[in-house]
Amino acid sequence: MAKITYIEHDGTEHTIEVENGVSLMEAAVKQGIPGIDGDCGGACACATCMVFVPEEWQGKLAGIETMEETMLEFCEHSAENSRLCCQIIASNELDGIRLTLPESQH
Amino acid sequence: MADDILIIGAGQAAAQAVQSLRAEGFAGPIRIFGDEPYAPYQRPPLSKKFLAGEIGYDRVELKGHDFYAQSGVETHWGTRVTEIDRKNKRIFTAEGREYPYGKLILAMGSRVRELNVPGFDLKGVHYLRNIDDVKAIQEHFRDGTKMVVVGGGYIGLEVAAVAAKRGIDVTVLETADRVLARVVDPIVSQFYERVHREAGVKIETGVTVSGFEGTDRITAVTSGEGKEYPCDFVVVGIGIIPNTALAVEAGLEVENGIVVDEFCRTSDPDICAAGDCTSHPNAVYGRRLRLESVHNAIEQGKTAAATLAGKQKPYDQVPWFWSDQYDLKLQIVGLSAGYTEAVVRGDPENSRSFAVFYLKDGVLVAVDAVNRAPEFMMAKVLTQKKAKLDPARIRDESIGVKEIAG
Repeated sequence: MAKITYIEHDGTEHTIEVENGVSLMEAAVKQGIPGIDGDCGGACACATCMVFVPEEWQGKLAGIETMEETMLEFCEHSAENSRLCCQIIASNELDGIRLTLPESQH
Repeated sequence: MADDILIIGAGQAAAQAVQSLRAEGFAGPIRIFGDEPYAPYQRPPLSKKFLAGEIGYDRVELKGHDFYAQSGVETHWGTRVTEIDRKNKRIFTAEGREYPYGKLILAMGSRVRELNVPGFDLKGVHYLRNIDDVKAIQEHFRDGTKMVVVGGGYIGLEVAAVAAKRGIDVTVLETADRVLARVVDPIVSQFYERVHREAGVKIETGVTVSGFEGTDRITAVTSGEGKEYPCDFVVVGIGIIPNTALAVEAGLEVENGIVVDEFCRTSDPDICAAGDCTSHPNAVYGRRLRLESVHNAIEQGKTAAATLAGKQKPYDQVPWFWSDQYDLKLQIVGLSAGYTEAVVRGDPENSRSFAVFYLKDGVLVAVDAVNRAPEFMMAKVLTQKKAKLDPARIRDESIGVKEIAG
């Protein structure tokens, strides 16, 4: 179980508890957090679940795979610390992580 | 007078509308009515991972169990709405109950087109639209059973791919002279026919199904060309039809879908509509479109909710779709209808990664990208911009994807 905080581009915070093994996209969609659409349901095909990950948390995430990297490379408004949260799976390690959402997904 | 917002339909557009109504600040009562016994769920996985048994209901269900209660939404699953009384602003359900409304959102989706041939009601004849359909199909999934798929569109091919991997003997019958004929260039059709044949699927084109044989259960499919295809079960995938009957009976404007404007308003100012059941004016293509996609459902759900919350969020997007078959991720941007030139980037004959760019008088209108995420992402931007592209630059893979537009 991990406590995850999603911060909308206007600063509104949503903190939810996510069971281990569930993607941070799926958890956000299920709770109705604005700014995470996940059109493709987690197939890494749409890039509508982009988040910015603070530097201190980056080492705790599993490595980025080619598909995700490519999607991000071509995503408008992506940055060095962007990830697609359908590819981030909850674990105890991520307890307390704070993710910021881009304005483009508003 | 009631200020309740009622949502008829419980699919992707409806679930999005609930979320967006609250996010946009609507605090009044919301009631949602769906005729299936389930809360809103994702349909795309039904013909893919869900059919394959790789994921279960908990993974396709769109929202968490407490989402609707926490959002203060009254849910009526398993409840069919039978009438909209616009004059008195109320709806009736099949149980004979009535509910007043201030505003309505119609998100009734679509249903399968049925094949009305002799034997249509035999056991073993299936369609694939909802969870219960999939459960019924899965009961036939045993090694060595014979399946015929009627229709070589996306649903038919996705089902064929899952079944072939499961060890089922699969034959796909298609009326046109190639699969996916309605939506892609022959290059893409040939590619998918090759991939399926390599996986052991038999594909027969130019076949008109004329009947289903059997006394109680189906034993064969017969064609107008006089051939017989023995089988244990059939899955028919020949398209979907928008659910517009309630809107027609209520006197709303309907023409190939419920007619809405860019704010998802119907011809009645108190009624919005969203998703598969609508026809909207598309700014990018300059004509009305009725789309069958998750993206359309989500975005129109947002737009309809914003409109009813007193805001303006026009829907003006390029459609996109996807299809998973075997190891192939097909991502589609736009609609290729009316294209004048199809330009290929990559090698569809000897590889499993390429993209086809559809140009209409030089302007990019659509892209089919097979295992080509960069082309797909770039195409989203270029199609929205109505970019004019040079075919030579598209073909030349020494030019990076980002530099295609020059």
